[in-house]
Amino acid sequence: MRVSLVAQDCGSDPPKSEPVRAGDSQSSSKVSSKGSPRVPRSLLEVGDLGREGIEEVLDLADSFAEVSRRPIPKVPALRGRTVATLFYEDSTRTRLSFEAAAKRLSADTMSFSLGTSSVNKGESLLDTARTLESLGADVLVVRHPSAGAPSRVASWVGVPVINAGDGWHEHPTQALLDCYTLTKALGRRSVGKDRFGGLSVAVVGDVLHSRVARSVVKAFAMLGAAVSLVAPPTMLPSSLEGWPLAGFSYDLDPVLAGADVLYMLRVQAERGAGSFVPSVREYVSRYGLNMDRFRKMKPDAVILHPGPVNRGVELAPEVADQPSALIASQVANGIVVRMAVLYLLLGSAGNQRDLEQDSSKVMDETGA
Amino acid sequence: MPELSTDPKAPCSAGPGVVIKGGTIVDAAGQRACDIVISRGRIEHVQPGCEVPCGAKVLDASGCIVAPGLVDLHSHLREPGGELAETVESGSRAAALGGYSAVVAMPNTDPPIDNASAAHHVLDLGAHALVEVMVAGAITVDRAGERLAPMAEMASMGISLFTDDGTGVQDGGLMRRAMEYARGLGVTLAQHCEDRSLASGGHMHEGRWSSILGIPGIPAEAEELMVARDLMLARLTGARLHLLHLSTAGSVELVRKAKSAGIKVTAEVTPHHLCLSDEEVASYDPLFKVSPPLRPVEHIIALQAGLEDGTVDAVATDHAPHATQAKEAPFDQAPSGMLGLETALAVVLTELWDGRVGSSPQICGEKTTDIGATRQTTGTARSSHSPGMAGSRSIGPAGGRHRLVDLGACLPSGIRLNLMQILTLLSWQPASIARLGSAHPSVLRPGAVASICVFDPFTRWVVDPDRLASKSKNTPFAGVELQGQVRHTLVGGEPVVIEGEAQR
Repeated sequence: MRVSLVAQDCGSDPPKSEPVRAGDSQSSSKVSSKGSPRVPRSLLEVGDLGREGIEEVLDLADSFAEVSRRPIPKVPALRGRTVATLFYEDSTRTRLSFEAAAKRLSADTMSFSLGTSSVNKGESLLDTARTLESLGADVLVVRHPSAGAPSRVASWVGVPVINAGDGWHEHPTQALLDCYTLTKALGRRSVGKDRFGGLSVAVVGDVLHSRVARSVVKAFAMLGAAVSLVAPPTMLPSSLEGWPLAGFSYDLDPVLAGADVLYMLRVQAERGAGSFVPSVREYVSRYGLNMDRFRKMKPDAVILHPGPVNRGVELAPEVADQPSALIASQVANGIVVRMAVLYLLLGSAGNQRDLEQDSSKVMDETGA
Repeated sequence: MPELSTDPKAPCSAGPGVVIKGGTIVDAAGQRACDIVISRGRIEHVQPGCEVPCGAKVLDASGCIVAPGLVDLHSHLREPGGELAETVESGSRAAALGGYSAVVAMPNTDPPIDNASAAHHVLDLGAHALVEVMVAGAITVDRAGERLAPMAEMASMGISLFTDDGTGVQDGGLMRRAMEYARGLGVTLAQHCEDRSLASGGHMHEGRWSSILGIPGIPAEAEELMVARDLMLARLTGARLHLLHLSTAGSVELVRKAKSAGIKVTAEVTPHHLCLSDEEVASYDPLFKVSPPLRPVEHIIALQAGLEDGTVDAVATDHAPHATQAKEAPFDQAPSGMLGLETALAVVLTELWDGRVGSSPQICGEKTTDIGATRQTTGTARSSHSPGMAGSRSIGPAGGRHRLVDLGACLPSGIRLNLMQILTLLSWQPASIARLGSAHPSVLRPGAVASICVFDPFTRWVVDPDRLASKSKNTPFAGVELQGQVRHTLVGGEPVVIEGEAQR
């Protein structure tokens, strides 16, 4: 249903619907009656979406990718809506990605960040969030150094909240764009009905302090991949109970030959990662992906990294520039995946206004 | 001592007095159905069917337990310095409504109670409070853990407990010296056990939930290391040690062994550590942030077992009020602490009481009422406690995805305490640790100071933060149905709470 709606919005050249979606587009009542992917009110953890929700985001992202290839990569789907970004931590790429996604959906954007804000005047997170809501934000995109801060915001405001990274907790849109990137890179290489069935993914690095790890492990596992962790014990949580893992290793080398995907986490010097290993040099010698290690990988294996890369640390420069290192695709895909997330949360029933009505109005106005 | 009359028809000249009528007394001497006649602050008669002296105020206690007033070893009354969150007066009102007749105010005020004049200030405020307010003094100046506070000048005022609560004395050498000095004064040192080098930066228990939630954790060992160290120092110095709010299975085991080895140690646990687990933090709601942190169920069971076998001597609230805005923050930015005074008795009854009134020896010759047996049939007994009750919670972020541990739901250990055990832990044993002496009798008998708690152990009520007497609202039990409600509280003969209403 939602995919076809996008097609209408676009006026001409509807993006190809996935075969699996075609049935859904026949009747909206049918979709809702069988309770198609549960759309959460907010996206606080990647698990909020469930497997079907992730699939829906990835399919939607495909539609938006088609839009993005047009000369004017813009649809009026969220015209009149306002996307507010509330960033308590520096993150140029994530913020720009969300703002670009909002603009391609014709939404207005509001931006709030530390340094330019009244936080410096002592305003609390609660008041700031409510202020943005009062200013007309239809969704709040929150980045915060404290785990759970977006959950708190979601409990205080009446609009959906998207977690754009909270402390060590989660970074769900990163995981979604990684799933999308992997799908594009691998095609439908999976075994069985799951998107990533039969895939072996190794997440390498400072898992303990990584919100990316907590999201990608769940997302990859939900889509059927066998996920393992590779890190020194000091960079693993003391308990891995509840993590959907196939295993973990303290050494990278034994893992190289079996992995279809190496997910290299950033060494976060700013989070004090330095004191968890004797030195960056020692870390690089054991966990850095250099050309020697690269050659031991499967020929068709791919490398993901959430960026920004510390060249010469997680990835040797020659490795980072390999075609199988998908870092640039990850960034590009971030926009269409975030378009899909914004569209899903703002366009779904139960979240504020009726989008279908809105967009038909938009179509009338534009004479589409 | 006032003259002890044995004549129930006491003359009016003895003052109007108070009669507590129709209740079942449970105290250190056992259980009996008796009325209590109180005059001039003391108990005059204890016997069934007392006649009411002319002019006396009658407090109905039918269906209720009448016990020595509760004593809290661990209250943060926040004054001076934190008056936005609580004052001695508001905290004492909360205490009275919770059935307490005496509380020990912790010294982590601003400025801290680390000298005699600061202690005098709080004691003066306490003189006008609804309950008896004692203070604990700090062990070190400014609670900074660097040099000893003037304990002797505080001890000479009658202060018998010293603690840097909120933090533990990190330096083992200094703690040893403090213990030696305390032994010379005959006072007790109370420790908040937490090794800072292991706990630093943590905001919740380190384990499965901290790993999933991405919140920096505090391992149980941070507490246990200091418990072990201080038990050894107590053995070395011969000092009397009280361990505040134990929260881990390892701590309980260490104390159990120390007691059997003859080390002079007492220990307390809080009501919240007896029923809430670290899973609560999955809501990211700082109402569940507390120090020491909430622990997994296996620790809860060990704490309950410690109560059952006498390893743990007291239940103490760690009543820690925080202004609403302080808790309206991300989890790691919010301060630690929960309210406790108004819910402690009910939480313990709901979670741990075996539901029986009776089976103890009768003293007054009156037939012991097995209220439990009769109430069971009316459907108000604990069996009606449904798992769905947490749905009534009025707060909780993320759409209440995570619900509270079902209070009273039997943990695998199935530990249940009788009323005598519960009151021992909440009333006369903490009174003994605080050295209240005759000011707080363990047996309600003629001549004893009339500090008394009257509660209906069966009444169920839902905790409403807006209706608490505390100036703060940070209870983790908002919206939770509890069993057991305080009806009257008397402090030195004065009914400060009547029918659940504070009298001033």
